Amino acid sequence: MSRIVAPRSETTAHPAGTATPTSDADAATGEATSASERPADASADSGAQAGPTGGRPDAGLRVVPVKHWGRWAFSAIVAFVILQFLWSLATNPQWQWDVFAEYFFAPSVINGLWLTLGLTVVSGVAGFVLGAVLAVFRLSKSPLLNAAAWWYVWFFRSVPLVVQILVWYNLGYLYPTLGLGTPFTTDFWIVEFPTTTLISAFAAAAIGLSLHQAAYSAEIIRAGILSVDQGQLEAAGALGLPRSIRFFRITLPQAARAIVPNAFNEIIGLVKGTSVVFIVALPELFYTVQVIYNRNQRVIPLLLVAVVWYALITTVLSIAQYYVERRYARGSVRELPPTPVQRARRWVAEHWNRLGDGQTSADPPPARPAPARPEPAVSAAAAASDQSRTGGAA
Amino acid sequence: MTSTTLTPSFDEQYVATRKVATVGRVEISDVTKSYGANTVLRDVSLAIEPGQVVALIGPSGSGKSTLLRAINHLETVDRGSVTVDGQYIGYERRGDTLHELREAEILRRRTQVGLVFQNFNLFPHLTAIENIIEAPVAHKRLTRPDARALAEGLLARVGLADKADHYPRQLSGGQQQRVAIARALALSPKVLLFDEPTSALDPELVGEVLDVIRGLARDGTTLVIVTHEIGFAREVADRIVFLDHGEIVEQGTPGQVLRNARHRRTRDFLAKVL
Repeated sequence: MSRIVAPRSETTAHPAGTATPTSDADAATGEATSASERPADASADSGAQAGPTGGRPDAGLRVVPVKHWGRWAFSAIVAFVILQFLWSLATNPQWQWDVFAEYFFAPSVINGLWLTLGLTVVSGVAGFVLGAVLAVFRLSKSPLLNAAAWWYVWFFRSVPLVVQILVWYNLGYLYPTLGLGTPFTTDFWIVEFPTTTLISAFAAAAIGLSLHQAAYSAEIIRAGILSVDQGQLEAAGALGLPRSIRFFRITLPQAARAIVPNAFNEIIGLVKGTSVVFIVALPELFYTVQVIYNRNQRVIPLLLVAVVWYALITTVLSIAQYYVERRYARGSVRELPPTPVQRARRWVAEHWNRLGDGQTSADPPPARPAPARPEPAVSAAAAASDQSRTGGAA
Repeated sequence: MTSTTLTPSFDEQYVATRKVATVGRVEISDVTKSYGANTVLRDVSLAIEPGQVVALIGPSGSGKSTLLRAINHLETVDRGSVTVDGQYIGYERRGDTLHELREAEILRRRTQVGLVFQNFNLFPHLTAIENIIEAPVAHKRLTRPDARALAEGLLARVGLADKADHYPRQLSGGQQQRVAIARALALSPKVLLFDEPTSALDPELVGEVLDVIRGLARDGTTLVIVTHEIGFAREVADRIVFLDHGEIVEQGTPGQVLRNARHRRTRDFLAKVL
């Protein structure tokens, strides 16, 4: 491929050409921007002096901010309810926190927890993989694949999960043995197993949960795929990208933005949904807790054990969801907002800096430069990107 | 590319710097295409020589975009044939029959023809340079580092060397379109198709994209451009083809078509857009 000689200088000259007017405009409005920056800075500093300083620039007139009476009233009520609840948690002996503490890490509870997590992982992964296949079938041009996927989703959304798990568990009544052999016969000459040994309680639960989950995942994934702009597929087609690359590198990452929130919803639901497997006497978390309180009658503290474990798992998954969503949001917004961790770090740096300023007004050099730097750098970068944006659009 | 197609309006320097191409001959013969009862192309025939720059103009709905997409087989045609350097994109000719090719082969052949869209269609989840790298790596033509080097060169060529790691949404429309052109160039196509490349741009961003296309025209790549920028078509095109209602009404050098149109329909159209 040969290069263009003449137009290069023209094209490279362009950005410079467009840059000058903006910087001119910037110089002209320099006063205005620096003035408008000040109150924004002040309000960012936890709002303590936001009111007075925010009002001051305008010719010395006092500005009285509007008072939100309703907001204050409801805040007070909510604060009261929260405090009352916490107080009762701490003081009501019926919560029996000692029993809670005794059983929270009990070996049987931990085993139940592992089983819950195991079932969630197995049926979550299997469900979403099968769901992805079904979603692709459903979008396929083949009427058979399309209809098969539709009927699958219809069937598994219709049949209650409990019924399904029971049927899998009792499959031996319908088919005493399972095996491989001549199609359309029961002549299993390659391998043959008794169904009851092949499908354990865990297998019945895992199969039931996976098939059930697949039906729901299929719809979520299909919705995600449909949300991708048709132009993207055209562009990928025009570049001659092979089908698999088109799906996995172009469609799926973009579909993921729509899929991820719903997928995490499903997985968090699944964590608690696994408790239905008590029907086949699998000692997962909730079943274990029930067994214990049926024996010792300490119902509430043991339910709390299960609830707190579920809450912990949900918390971990919610945090994971935040970061996964963030990953797939790349490119969809101009600038990603900072994560809570980044925000906390910035807050600490800022306050550390102010603390240093207050204490060491006598010897400023050591405290100031290092922590002070991140803030201006960030705002400078933001300003620069703002400029390029307006430079591009104006 | 013969000098007879050049009009006196052509800039002498422009002609002198222009490279001579040997590949990228497009032959469209008797192409007909309908969507249901609506015939969008009617027996369209057009031969484009290697390195030639052809501008397709015409009212909206005249079939320009469909014809363009038929060239790289994004649209299949009902009748007639389209070949690039004698080769069908979607079929293999054996004797008197055309055998439809497997998708993988169509995709491979399609890389000979690049397409730049009105709405850019950059992949929003990939940075500018990743957008460019994707295709050469997918076709196993280059390793990732080599593709990266190529992409850096292409970005420099469209004047965006400093935007390699920006996501499309962080770029202006003109910059996005220039990235899209670089992406199409990464496969070294013999023919480059432009589907109204500046229609989605703010007026002041049109120039930067046209500059890049002008450079490509000098470079000897066969270009087919659907455009509403008549001034640009006059400057850069060797031949202007006017379509209306799925038919080629008139074609010729910019001087012939734009100044001395023979057909009334052409004159009416030009009166509206000029």
